[in-house]
Amino acid sequence: MAKYITKRIIYLIITLFIIASVTFFLMKFLPGTPFSNEERLTIEQREILNAKYGLDQPIPVQYMNYMVNIVKGDLGVSFQFENQPVMDLLMNRMGPSLQLGVQAMIIGTIIGVALGVLAAMFQNTWIDYGSTFLAILGKSIPSFVLAALLQYYIGVKLELLPVASWNSFSSSILPTIALACFPIATAARFMRTELIEVFGSDYITLAKAKGNSRGEVAVKHAIRNALIPLITVLGPMAVGLMTGSMVVEKVFAVPGIGEQFVKSIMTNDFPIIMGTTLFFAFLLTVIILIIDILYGIIDPRIRLNGGDK
Amino acid sequence: MKKSKYYLIIILALTMIMISACGSNDDDNEGSSDSGDDSSASGEQVLNMVETAEIPTGDPALATDAASFIVFGQTMEGLYVLDGDDQPVPAIADGEPEVSDDGLVYTFKLKEDAKWSNGDPVTAHDFVYAWQRALNPDTGSQYAYMFSGVIENATDIMNGEADIEELGAEAVDDNTLEVTLEQPVEYLNSLLAFGTYLPLNEDFVEEKGDSFGTNSDNMLANGPFVLTEWDGSGLTWTYAKNEEYYDIDNVSLDEVNVQVVKEPSTAVNLYETGEVDRTAALSSEYAKQYANDEDAATFEEGSSWYLKFNQERDGEETPLANENIRKAIAMAFDKEAFTEQVLANGSVPSDGYVPRGLAVNPETGEDFREESGNLISYDVEKAKEYWETGLDELGVDELSLDYLSDDTENAKRTGEYFKNQLETNLDGLTLNLENVPFKNRLDRTTAQDYDMVMHGWGPDYLDPLTFLDLYVTDGANNQASISNEEYDQLIEDAKVTYANDPEKRWQAMLDAEKILVQEDTSIAPIYQRGRLTLIKPYVQGLEEHLFGPDYSLKNVTIEK
Repeated sequence: MAKYITKRIIYLIITLFIIASVTFFLMKFLPGTPFSNEERLTIEQREILNAKYGLDQPIPVQYMNYMVNIVKGDLGVSFQFENQPVMDLLMNRMGPSLQLGVQAMIIGTIIGVALGVLAAMFQNTWIDYGSTFLAILGKSIPSFVLAALLQYYIGVKLELLPVASWNSFSSSILPTIALACFPIATAARFMRTELIEVFGSDYITLAKAKGNSRGEVAVKHAIRNALIPLITVLGPMAVGLMTGSMVVEKVFAVPGIGEQFVKSIMTNDFPIIMGTTLFFAFLLTVIILIIDILYGIIDPRIRLNGGDK
Repeated sequence: MKKSKYYLIIILALTMIMISACGSNDDDNEGSSDSGDDSSASGEQVLNMVETAEIPTGDPALATDAASFIVFGQTMEGLYVLDGDDQPVPAIADGEPEVSDDGLVYTFKLKEDAKWSNGDPVTAHDFVYAWQRALNPDTGSQYAYMFSGVIENATDIMNGEADIEELGAEAVDDNTLEVTLEQPVEYLNSLLAFGTYLPLNEDFVEEKGDSFGTNSDNMLANGPFVLTEWDGSGLTWTYAKNEEYYDIDNVSLDEVNVQVVKEPSTAVNLYETGEVDRTAALSSEYAKQYANDEDAATFEEGSSWYLKFNQERDGEETPLANENIRKAIAMAFDKEAFTEQVLANGSVPSDGYVPRGLAVNPETGEDFREESGNLISYDVEKAKEYWETGLDELGVDELSLDYLSDDTENAKRTGEYFKNQLETNLDGLTLNLENVPFKNRLDRTTAQDYDMVMHGWGPDYLDPLTFLDLYVTDGANNQASISNEEYDQLIEDAKVTYANDPEKRWQAMLDAEKILVQEDTSIAPIYQRGRLTLIKPYVQGLEEHLFGPDYSLKNVTIEK
């Protein structure tokens, strides 16, 4: 196991290196400069600024400098937030996005799995149809529509929850619901399909024959096996949720990373683009690693270390 | 089947109730501190407002953005500030300066009771230090050019060709600042009110080093308010009364809470529920909806928007090098319908380049726009005539032109409007809409890779020259091969020859605008941008500006 994890960590570093390199060169294709007052700068001033930030050097040299700095742990400073270290900015902005992502993930998985289990247990009844209907609804309503509806009806009309802004737990509820819809729908559909398949297998028939009730069979024997494919999907989805949704953050005025990332691309804020991409990539690769390890714990049939003993 | 649908609705309803019920419980628990704020708001002087963008920096030398300049407008004062009518009035300067006969040397006395929020006095050294720092190439200020051609030796220092000590600004003593100009400058006072000309406390800035201005703890105020609770990139901050401010007796507000909201519908919802007392400028769809609301306030901003015609592309003349073609296009669209139906945000149609409210005749006090008049108006019949003549001169029946603009919703709608208007009114014209991201548009404009571009320009100082200067031959922002010797001469006259003769200078600028818009029609004026905001009736005394900070809160009172 230890050997396997070491190997995977080396792969992880190589992956990050490749992502960093590709992003760096792609980014350099962006038109324009990172200077916000670009339109009014004189040619001399532009040259002075380029020299100040090392943008006058050939791209391979800039690339080398950047890579050396990353290894030293220095992600640089932002352009749009003058002199703001990228690390500080990421830390400030990641908090709300992580919180929302985790909340949405927890709610989404619990409700989704519950819906999926119910649908599978009561296959082809109104419960099944109802849960499928919810799942389709959750997948097909764009989050900006849902966010706007929630804000208007629950925030403005009913005044049950804050309309927007980020200052208490209650202000995180509406954005969480808006974000949770997609995981609810995905988890419900996966759970239903998998569970129905598992219900058809021999060992379930055996369990039933032993006189276990339908509920006992589902909880004790079926769900655990049905969860495996779900985990594969949930991992990357968790990263997607935690790295922030531009739309939901914008509608609820959440100081998260999603909206910030898009803005940094629009303004050519190179250090922020790089920093955020690397951070996201790191998160994704680590979570995939964790999932692979989890497989072994949930299902002993899956042996990660292959022939190794 | 019917029954199952019924159950479905019940499940949906139950889910919603469950979710919202647990939500409202939390609200009650957590809400105690919130409701405390609300009750204090009703009794005290607290303003809650919305902004549309984060503060990029708290360092006046590095600031380029409206959001930053708004902050400095509340927390800092220069030698001058803008009053409610956008007139520069002395602030840290104690009355008007002494000016030498040649108009080159200004001696300012500073207010002796002006202090920084840490208790240090504001001195002449603070101005010298701040200006030298902004011009120092190591600082990387993108607005350093604001000193160029104004303060002696500024251009050379900015370009790294002279030492910062050579700047024409000297602290004679703590309260006397002597400023030497390159040449007499008519609009100096408005520059002195601009963010880049603000003073800085040297000890504080040097102590903070690179972290100066990166959050509210790393900033110092000398104006009515201090910035607080700003973490450097967040969506919220507050202003508190500056206890050290020399004019604190005239500041009513105790606290201002600002929330950045980028989604227009959210801002409106916050306003409707009474969470905020003022929105930022509304987007077109909401501006239209609230146009007749009693809380709606419109303001004409200082930016002018127009079509710029590129006369040379890939080294060859474009069809737009033909004067008749340009005139035809400039007359072939309905500006009024455009501002009322497409923009609908308080923008006003314009038949000239220099916006209204920017500058007045030094002799008569008449506004530049009024005096210059309507230089080119919507007139389909004339447009068609010019068009036919132009096509004949070019020897073609039809023309296909690229229309370049941003890729925002507004820009796309605008593009469609122009395509429709121009193609309908001018037979044989095809307009190819090219909506590209902002940085891309700048790149293509610089490379002159376009035929027509939707271009907007805002003032750097309160004088028509800030607009007219763009279109001298080979000007850095000309980018359309616009060239007219007579025009160049008039601008040179306004800048240098008549620098000390306000009336002749004024006339030169009037003549120049006439050449640019009416005679040559190198650009086609469309509108002066406006903004429509919602503001609660109990918020009194908010002053909006067309230059520098968007507004000032110093005189705001809450009268509930």
